[in-house]
Amino acid sequence: MSVSDYFKKYAIFLVLIVMIIVFAVLSPLFFTPSNGMMIARQVSFMGIASVGMMFVMLTGGIDLSIGSALSFINVVGAYFMVKMEMPILPACLLCLAISSGFGFVQGVIITKLRVPPLIATLAFMTMLSGLAFIISGGMPIYGFDKAFNVLGQGYVGPVPIPVLVMVAVLAVGAFILNKTYFGRYFYAIGGNEEAAMLSGINVDWTKQLVYTISGFCAGLAGIIMLSRLNSGQPTTGSGFEFEVITACVLGGVSVAGGSGKMFGVVVGVLMMGVLSNGLLIVNVKEYAQQVVMGIVLTVAVSFDCMSKYRMERKNKEIKAQEGGAL
Amino acid sequence: MGQQAENILEFRNIYKAYPGVQALNNVSFSLRPGEVHALVGENGAGKSTLIKTCSGAIYPDAGTITIAGEDFAWLTPKLSRQKGIAVIYQEFDLVNELSAAENIFLGKAIRKGWIIDRKAMNERSRELFRQLDIRIDPDVLVRDLTVGFQQMVEIAKALSEETKILIMDEPSAPLTNQEIEAMFGVVRRLKESGVAIVYISHRLDEIFQISDRVSVMRDGELLATMDTAGTDREQIVKLMVGRELKETFPEKAAKTGDEDVLLELDHVTGNGLKDISLSIKRGEILGLGGLIGAGRTELAQLLFGVEPIKEGRIVYKGQEIHPKSPEKSIRMGIALVPEDRKQQGVLLHMSIRDNISMPMLKALSKISVIQGRQENDLVERFKSSLRIKTPNIHQIANNLSGGNQQKVVLAKWLANDPEIIIFDEPTRGIDVGAKQEIYGLMDELVKAGKTLIMISSEMEELIGMSDRIVVLCEGRITGELRREEFDQEAILKLASMN
Repeated sequence: MSVSDYFKKYAIFLVLIVMIIVFAVLSPLFFTPSNGMMIARQVSFMGIASVGMMFVMLTGGIDLSIGSALSFINVVGAYFMVKMEMPILPACLLCLAISSGFGFVQGVIITKLRVPPLIATLAFMTMLSGLAFIISGGMPIYGFDKAFNVLGQGYVGPVPIPVLVMVAVLAVGAFILNKTYFGRYFYAIGGNEEAAMLSGINVDWTKQLVYTISGFCAGLAGIIMLSRLNSGQPTTGSGFEFEVITACVLGGVSVAGGSGKMFGVVVGVLMMGVLSNGLLIVNVKEYAQQVVMGIVLTVAVSFDCMSKYRMERKNKEIKAQEGGAL
Repeated sequence: MGQQAENILEFRNIYKAYPGVQALNNVSFSLRPGEVHALVGENGAGKSTLIKTCSGAIYPDAGTITIAGEDFAWLTPKLSRQKGIAVIYQEFDLVNELSAAENIFLGKAIRKGWIIDRKAMNERSRELFRQLDIRIDPDVLVRDLTVGFQQMVEIAKALSEETKILIMDEPSAPLTNQEIEAMFGVVRRLKESGVAIVYISHRLDEIFQISDRVSVMRDGELLATMDTAGTDREQIVKLMVGRELKETFPEKAAKTGDEDVLLELDHVTGNGLKDISLSIKRGEILGLGGLIGAGRTELAQLLFGVEPIKEGRIVYKGQEIHPKSPEKSIRMGIALVPEDRKQQGVLLHMSIRDNISMPMLKALSKISVIQGRQENDLVERFKSSLRIKTPNIHQIANNLSGGNQQKVVLAKWLANDPEIIIFDEPTRGIDVGAKQEIYGLMDELVKAGKTLIMISSEMEELIGMSDRIVVLCEGRITGELRREEFDQEAILKLASMN
C-alpha cells in the first residue's frame, strides 16, 4: 500500500487526531487524563450498542429500535428492582433476556415475514417507547439498592466500570467478526445475500442472530445507564439509535452492508464523544453544538466516501485492463 | 478517393498504458461503411479499451483517430455521439419501468412546448422498429420484454440518432438461438443501410456467420485483420491464444450403462417444472439441453434446495430426500456452480480464502472459532490444484478474471468433497484458454468418481462433454439422447418441441 492509499484508508482516524489536537489547543482542560476518562465513560453506552448495530449493518440491515429498547429496559429494570423488589442479578439477567428476545422477534419478522428491517425495527421503536411510558406511567422510577450503583458509577482503579464493560463488548465483537464462522457470515450476507445463501449459509438464522445480539447490546447499555442515572426514565434512549448509527457510519461501516471494521467503529464512537465533550469545554452553546456536529459528520463522511470512491474507480480502471488476463 | 476516405473510422498507432499494463500497444484498426467487422480476443486482450477509446470514455496516450476524414487525438463521449458512434454494451442501459418508446427517447423526449409528445414518440419508435423489421409495441414496458427484444430496443435507441458506427459488445451472450437469428437479421439490415458495425463476440461460429472482416487482439496488440472468408477457426484461435489450441474435449471412457443410480427424480413438479422423471448414474456427466427458460436452471434449483418441490419424489442413494435449503443439500453432498457467476457464484467483495472456505466454515470451526491454519492449508491446496492465478489467497475475488473466479467457485465446492456437482453454464463468458482448463477439471472430477450434471446452451460443449443428454422444453422433458445419438439438429428439435 502506498502512503496515499494508507492515508485514504485511515482518513477518518486522522480526522479524529486533528479534532483532538484542535480541542487541545483551544482549551487546556481538554487533553487531560481525567477528561479522557470522562469521554470514555460518556461514550460507553454508545460503544456497547454500536457492536450490535454494526453486526446488523454488516448484514445489510439497520436497527432503529435500540433507543427505545434502551428506554424500555431502563424502565423495566427499575420496575423489577424497585416496585417488585427483585434481587439485582436476576433482574439484570431477566432484562437482558427480554431485550435479546425482542431483538430475536424482530429478526424473525424480518426473515420469515420478509418485512424490510427499516420498517420492522421502526415498528418496534414505536412500540417499545410506548410500553416504556405505560410501565413507568411517565414518571421516573428510583430508589435502588446501593449495591446496584456500582455498575454505572463504580471504578476499577482509575477506570470507570462502564468503560470496562464497553472494552469487553468491543473485544468480544472484534473476536466474533474476525475469528468465528458466523462473524464471517455477516460480511458474506451483507455483500451478496444470494451468493451467501447458495454457498450454504443459513441466512435467516444468521440475521436472527444479529438482531438478537443488537437487542442484547441495547439491553446491556440500558442496565448500565439505569445504574448510572439511578432512575428509570422512559425518555432515556430517545435519539440514541441515531447516535449509534452515526458512530458506525463515521467508523466506515457501509450502510449497504458487507464492509466495516471494528477498529473503525471504535474510532467513530470516540469521535462522537470527543466532539460533544470538546465543544462543551470550549463553550459552544448546545444548539450550536448540534450544528457543528452535523457539519463534522457531513464533512468527515464525505471525505471518507470520496476517497473510497476514487480508490474504487482507480481499481476499476486498472481492472478493466487486467480483466481476464489469465 | 484515396484509401483513407474509404474508411469511416480509422485508428492509427494508438497507445494506452495503465499502471503496470500496456492496454493498447500501437493499435491500428479501420472500419468501412456497411461492413461487419468482428473483433475477437481473450479477456484482457484490449477489446474493451479499444471500444472505450471509440466511445470517448478514455483518452489514448498517443495516436490518431480519424472519423470520416477528420483527425482527432482523442474523443469525448459527446463528440463520439455527434460523430455518429453508438455502443451497445453487454449490460443494457434501459429503464425497466418505462415503455419501449420512452426508453428510446430517454433524455431527448420529443416535446410540444413543455409537454411530452407521447404520440410522436410512439410514432417515431414504430417507424424505427419497422426499419429494423421487428415487432414491438412502443407502449410495452421494457420489463415485460424478453432479453432479445430488450436488445432490439437498445439498438433502436442507438439508431434514433444519426448512427454511422454501431459497436456491439457481446450482443449474443444473453440471447437464445432464435433470438440470435433475429438479431443477425437486424444487423444485416443495418449493414445494407450503410452502418458500419463492430461486432465483439467470444463465439467464433457467429463471427463466421455475420462478419466481413475479423481483427484479432492479444495482450493489447492488434495482431491481424483478415477477410473472414479467407480465414478459418483454427487460425483465429491460434492468433488469439498465441499457441495451437483447439476447443477440444477430454476423451470419454466408455460407460457400461450398468453403473448404479445415484439420484432419481420421480414425477417431480414445482418451480415451473412439470412431471420430471430422470435418473442419474454414478460417475456420469448428464447434460441438460434446451433453450433459455426451458426449466434447466429451475431443475438445478430444486435439486439444490433453493426452491421447494410440489409433487413427486427425489431419491438419492436409495433414500428419499427433501432438499429444503442449499445448506442441507451441501451437507448431503450436492453442489451447484451457478449460472450467474458474479451474482450467485462468488462473493465479489470477499477474499479468495473467504470464498473457498465458506461452505466448509462451520466444519472448520471448533466451538464456533475458525481454525485459521486448517483453513489456510485447505485453501492453499485447492488454489494450487486448480491453478488459480493470484499473488495470494487474500486477494479480493472481484480482482480476478472470469476464468479464475469460476475456478474459485469450483474450489469452494471441491473443498467440500461433494458427490454430485451441478454446473449451470460453466464456461459462459470465459475465454478459450480457461474453458479448456474447466473442461479438464470436469474430466478429472468424473475420473475421481464424481457425478456431474451440466446445463449448457453451447451445443459443442453439451455434445462434447456429456455422456447422456436430457432435453427440456417449457418445463418438461422432451427427450433423452445417448452418446451415439448426439446430434445438434436432434437436440434443437427436442428443445423447441411444444
